Formats: sequence, C-alpha cells, structure tokens
Amino acid sequence: MMYSDLRLSWGRAALAGLLALGSLLPLACSSDKTADKPERLPILGLKHAEPTSAADTLPDRVPSFRLTNQDGQTITNQTFAGKVYVTDFFFATCPSICPKMQSELLRVYEQFKGDPNVLFLSHTIDPAHDSIPVLRDYAERLGIQNAARWHFATAPHDTVFALARAYMTAAQVDKTVQGGYAHSGTFALIDSQRRIRGVYDGMEKSQVDQLIRDLPVLLKEEAETRQTAAK
Amino acid sequence: MRPLLLLLRLSAAVAAGLVLATATTGCFSNRQNEGATLYQNHCSSCHGEQGQGLRRLIPPVAASDYVAQNRAGLPCLIRRGMKGDMVVNGIHYNQVMAGHEDLTDSQITNLLNFVQRSWGNQNEPYTVREVSELLAPCHGSDGQ
Repeated sequence: MMYSDLRLSWGRAALAGLLALGSLLPLACSSDKTADKPERLPILGLKHAEPTSAADTLPDRVPSFRLTNQDGQTITNQTFAGKVYVTDFFFATCPSICPKMQSELLRVYEQFKGDPNVLFLSHTIDPAHDSIPVLRDYAERLGIQNAARWHFATAPHDTVFALARAYMTAAQVDKTVQGGYAHSGTFALIDSQRRIRGVYDGMEKSQVDQLIRDLPVLLKEEAETRQTAAK
Repeated sequence: MRPLLLLLRLSAAVAAGLVLATATTGCFSNRQNEGATLYQNHCSSCHGEQGQGLRRLIPPVAASDYVAQNRAGLPCLIRRGMKGDMVVNGIHYNQVMAGHEDLTDSQITNLLNFVQRSWGNQNEPYTVREVSELLAPCHGSDGQ
C-alpha cells in the first residue's frame, strides 16, 4: 500500500534496524551519567516525511491502519488512542519461532494484565489461512478469551507487510523456510502518540525482561503528559 | 639448571596430555548429551524448555500420557510431523508439527531417549536398531 516495492523497502527496514541499534547504544553507555536524570525511552524509527519546520526532526509515527481482530471487529489507530501497546507478527501454523515468541509476549501480558492502559496487537502474516475463526481459536488456546486487551488481527498481505516494516519488524514470503514465511520475532513498543519507543527480540528472554522494565517508564511518562495537558 | 629444564619439559608434556584428555572427554560428553542438545535446537521453541508445552496450543511432552502410551509411534511422528486433533493429558490440541527429515535414526533415538527420561517421564529407552525398525512403516529410516 504505502510502499509498493518490497525489495527497496527491505533496505530501509535494515537501515531502520541499524539506526535503532545506534540510538540504543549511547543510552546503554551513558547510563551512569544520566542516573540522576529521569529515565526516558528513546523515540525510534526513520523520518521519511518532509520536515514541516526546522524543529520537525522526529521519526515518522506509526501509519494509519485498519485491521480486523479475532472478534470480527474493525480496529484502527483509534482503538489504541490514549494507550500504549506492544505489537508483533506471527502466523497460527508457524512451526518455528512463533510459539516461543507468543509465550514470551504472554509473559508480558500476564505482567500487565491489571493495567487497562497496556494493550497488545499480534498481526498474522498469513491472512489466507488465518481467518477470523482461526485467529479466535488461536487466541483462546493461548488463554486470551476476547480482544479487550490483546488483538489478533488480520489484513490484506500488502497492508500487513507494510505495517511490519513500519514497526521495524522483518516479514516476507519465503517458500524455502518451514511454514512459508520468514519473519523476525521482534516486539515493538508504541506510545499514545504513535511513536515507536522500543524494539525487542521476542526470542530473547533478557530483551523481553527489558521490555517489562521499560513499560512502567513509558507509562509514567504518559501519566505525566496527561497531567500536564490537564493543567 | 638441567633438572629444572627437565621439570619444565615434563610439565609441558603433562599439560599437553591433559589438554588431549579434556578434548577427548569433551567429545564423548557432547555425544552423550546429544539428545538434550537436539531437543533444545529442534523442539524447545514449541514444546518449551522444560517440555511444558504452551497452554492449549502446544501439547506438553513432560509428564505426558501421549509420550508414554505411543512409544512405537513416536519415531515416525518426529520424522514425518503431524497435524489434526490430538488429546494429551485429557486436553485437545490441534496444531501442525513439522517433520524432521534432517535427523538420522540415531539422532532420533537420542532425542527420544532424552524425552523419555526427562521431566517426570520414566519410559523405556530405545535402541537405534529399534528406532530404525519403528521408522519402517513411514519409510523414514535412513539406516544411520
């Protein structure tokens, strides 16, 4: 949709990944010096859009999307308005990394079960197979009884793959791998302003632990922003 | 000076011998733990580090009645994979499991023996020969 040439965008996705890594490194190295300052998560991603002013330097926001969840409801950016969410890409019959990845995301979900400001969004990259009933069955088997907090969403292929790139995840058709799709187990953390605030390897327990530590930092920032706006 | 030199040479020889011995036992112990390594590389992502499975999505292989009761069918299950409804410890599962064309008969044996003796499973181990025979019905034996 947004990007028509898959291969061209691959380069961009890789570049985005490198940039993300670059922006994480200084944070890791300077942790002692900034210990007395309030902790704040970086804003990640690339800037494609033309700057509207000299001050407009932030990476692009997550693009507008329109998906269908396991309950058959349409979900858009508006569904996540005022919330933070964690997103990933999977498919129901994935024989390789998905179960591990989804069990790690389940760990995050369990940790923030009581917080209505934290939502979850899993996109299928196999919309041809993963119909709404298949997604509902998958969610229920995972212990997610409805889409109140965790959406399992589908959309046409192009939409999903473009979104994967926007969320800094790699996903593509690959007939040579088991299951027919190559994808990374990336989790992205998105704030209420549609900015990417963290990217984590969902296959690495230590990185998922980092996500669990980062979420309260973001939630605190969100709460402070709301307070300032209310004044 | 002379005795010192001799001592040095002697200790060098002992050290070399030790290195050799360690390398050899290292090789043996790797083979011994092959089942655990194979499980880690081929199974744990779905069935869990401790064989616990994943909710109602992926069946457990730890303390699993299916593993205990389907001894003869397990080699072909690993070789060819499976799909469709199945019941493990009274719970219905319905996921696709991929086959493993890349494992030798002896690797399947070591993998199964690891599962059969881990996490509360106390089932009889297989011999390689037995696994090769059990792989015949699905034409899955590579004779290695």
